[in-house]
Amino acid sequence: MELYSGGLNVPKITAKWYEEIKSLNYGAFITFVGTIRDENGIEALSFDIYEPILKKWFESWQTKARQRGAIVKMAHSIGDVKIDESSYISAVISPKRRVALELIDEFVEDFKANAPIWKYDVIEGKRVYAKDRSTPMSGAGILMGEKND
Amino acid sequence: MVIIEFMGPINREPIELDISTVKELSDFIMKDDTLSTWADSLAVGVNDEIVTDINFKLKDGDRVTLLPPVCGG
Repeated sequence: MELYSGGLNVPKITAKWYEEIKSLNYGAFITFVGTIRDENGIEALSFDIYEPILKKWFESWQTKARQRGAIVKMAHSIGDVKIDESSYISAVISPKRRVALELIDEFVEDFKANAPIWKYDVIEGKRVYAKDRSTPMSGAGILMGEKND
Repeated sequence: MVIIEFMGPINREPIELDISTVKELSDFIMKDDTLSTWADSLAVGVNDEIVTDINFKLKDGDRVTLLPPVCGG
């Protein structure tokens, strides 16, 4: 797991991952690159991260991937990321394509739902919490007296 | 005392509370006009593990993290 201040250097990060795994007899390497789009009048997006729980979330995914013979990787930005830049890269590396194709879907979707990262639109230099696009994490609602795993 | 940390858009400095369960934390949050608006969407971490039982016991020195809805990527 790699965290960077500002936009990600996609060619450098993905090339580094490729170099790490290319001689390890894996048949499939899938990357997902998230790019900031020009929409809703934003100048940039901005991110806060709570690293200790993100690290645990990622470690649980490493374990899940290992049980299927695969490896997962991710990189994410902290702070402001401009339009056309990347804020998020994830990758799955596995011996065969089927596991990698399935895992990249599960990994990215669970990332969106449960990674402790908060997104803000940057409009006229101000950060506005992207509340409508945000999802309560697994376990949210406990303070209302609900048990919700 | 238990340390309470507010993540992301809640945007508050940490506080210390003399509480012994997550339920007592809930009671505190419900009495706060601003925090109570977040209550139904918050996940709760205790020493960086998510807890799902409102009767979870807290001990002196525990660190509680309140996590509002997320959107990475």
